[in-house]
Amino acid sequence: MKDTVRIANGQGFWGDSILGPIRLLREGPIDYLTLDYLAEVTMSIMQKQKSRDPSKGYATDFVRLIDRILPDLQRTGTRVVANAGGVNPKACMQAVLEVCRRHGASGVQVAIVEGDDILEKLDDLLAAGETFTNMDTGEPLSSVRDRVTSANVYLGAFPIAEALDRGAQIVITGRGTDPGLVIGPMIHEFGWKADDHDLLAAGTVAGHIVECGAQCTGGNYTDWRTIPDLAMIGYPIIEMAPEGTFVITKHPGTGGRVDQRTVTHQLAYEMGDPAAYITPDVVADFTSARLEENGRDRLRIHGVRGLPPTPTYKVSMSYSDGWKAVGQLTISGPDALEKARLCSEIVWQRLAYDGFEYAPEERLVEFLGANVCHAGIEIPGMGTPSEIVLRMGVRGPDRAAVDRFGSELVPLVTSGPPGVTGFAGGRPKATEIIGYWPALMSKERVSTRVTVTES
Amino acid sequence: MPQVLLSRIAMARSGDKGEGSNVGVIARSDAAYRFLRDHLTAEVVQRHMAGINRGGVVRYEADNLRVLNFLLEDSLGGGGSASLKTDAQGKTHGLALLRLKLDVPEDVLESTVEGTVEGAVGEGAEA
Repeated sequence: MKDTVRIANGQGFWGDSILGPIRLLREGPIDYLTLDYLAEVTMSIMQKQKSRDPSKGYATDFVRLIDRILPDLQRTGTRVVANAGGVNPKACMQAVLEVCRRHGASGVQVAIVEGDDILEKLDDLLAAGETFTNMDTGEPLSSVRDRVTSANVYLGAFPIAEALDRGAQIVITGRGTDPGLVIGPMIHEFGWKADDHDLLAAGTVAGHIVECGAQCTGGNYTDWRTIPDLAMIGYPIIEMAPEGTFVITKHPGTGGRVDQRTVTHQLAYEMGDPAAYITPDVVADFTSARLEENGRDRLRIHGVRGLPPTPTYKVSMSYSDGWKAVGQLTISGPDALEKARLCSEIVWQRLAYDGFEYAPEERLVEFLGANVCHAGIEIPGMGTPSEIVLRMGVRGPDRAAVDRFGSELVPLVTSGPPGVTGFAGGRPKATEIIGYWPALMSKERVSTRVTVTES
Repeated sequence: MPQVLLSRIAMARSGDKGEGSNVGVIARSDAAYRFLRDHLTAEVVQRHMAGINRGGVVRYEADNLRVLNFLLEDSLGGGGSASLKTDAQGKTHGLALLRLKLDVPEDVLESTVEGTVEGAVGEGAEA
């Protein structure tokens, strides 16, 4: 068994910089590279792509990345764990195998983890007694059942470990927990068991710290002026030991900083009850973690405790929830704010003349530059803005009414007060609102499947 | 007692959480944490953030991290992709809270170093 295993996260979300994984592979040693591509909204978009073309529905960015880093992976032997499979892990695997063939790389083991996608089984599961009551609102699923566009279980880390046990160099999953991507390699390397709650909790804390990439190495940090070389910020690396103590670090020479403060920022991110961070594998107690600085850009964490997992999986569903359109114009001074207010009133008045009225909760006006983000809070020394971005939006169940709004913004350029510009992008169009429906379901009704294929 | 901004004695990070957001307030020193645990209540945060958050505020504590975690229950203008707001993910709510004005005792300020200099790591820990 290794003394420590080095697991790096090179992608915090779909759209993160491609330099993260590339530099992690080139600027120092790592054993595992994890990549996160999925958000709640992503699954719904991917289901739509798959319904139009059965060979789609996964993160194509990942395949392009593999194309770029495959030589590095072969040179270093680094193994990859990514949730790039979306709603079609099989198609993602085929695309990766095709990249391997193009590179003449034979013998690369590519695995997929399946079983998270329950969209097709939803009615059977309802018939079997699963209610899928909304965790936040308590509403029954029946209120949106016919509009559900994706339904996925957050799987844990053990299927990923199984794929690695079976020799996979690249593991592709669908929906799973973000920390699971790094815990899978730990289970594989150290033989952790399902009842090793403290160890799995330590892995969960480590996974939470690195899951948003550079947000734990100095990105999005309060005292941003103190962070060196943000441009070349290093992505995070976990050095995990078999007994569940670990160090968060980054490659020497990279920008950013790892210390108690930068890491604590990320520990506080998307936090609920810090004493009960619930995953499918364990309930981790973040209040038990002990942090100590252990040299330059090295933070050691130990003492993490965990409790047995709950009997349920979290389910993330998305459903079609109406339409929205948002557009903006720039209004120069003098009198920018006064003119922007007039513009917004003109838009509502013209729409009302044509029979289109929107309820207060279905419309929004923002005067960007006049303290939108911190509304209601006094900003000392804030003078009169010399220009304003007028941002307006509507939403509702009627697509035509939402589209109609979009056509009354640009006319202000010639029929409003002077100094209205910045209408690039043209008329705002209605886009579908994807509602989020969190629920729970019994673990017994979910089965996972691991498949390994060689290039 | 001098009046200072919360940012003088604390840092923050925020993000989305369903139809609301969370703001983790990270005290810059043990003394600051003790003071904030007593004075930065859910009610104080609720009042300060009323222009942003329409729902309730719940507070959790993580003493080991010197973190007070606030959940703002209705601060995004709708969950999922329903929000029309610019800051639909609550990314700026941490900085909004750091603009809170607080009367802070001299001794708390003296033992709390604002981390504006590279290398000021851990100085706030006050042994």
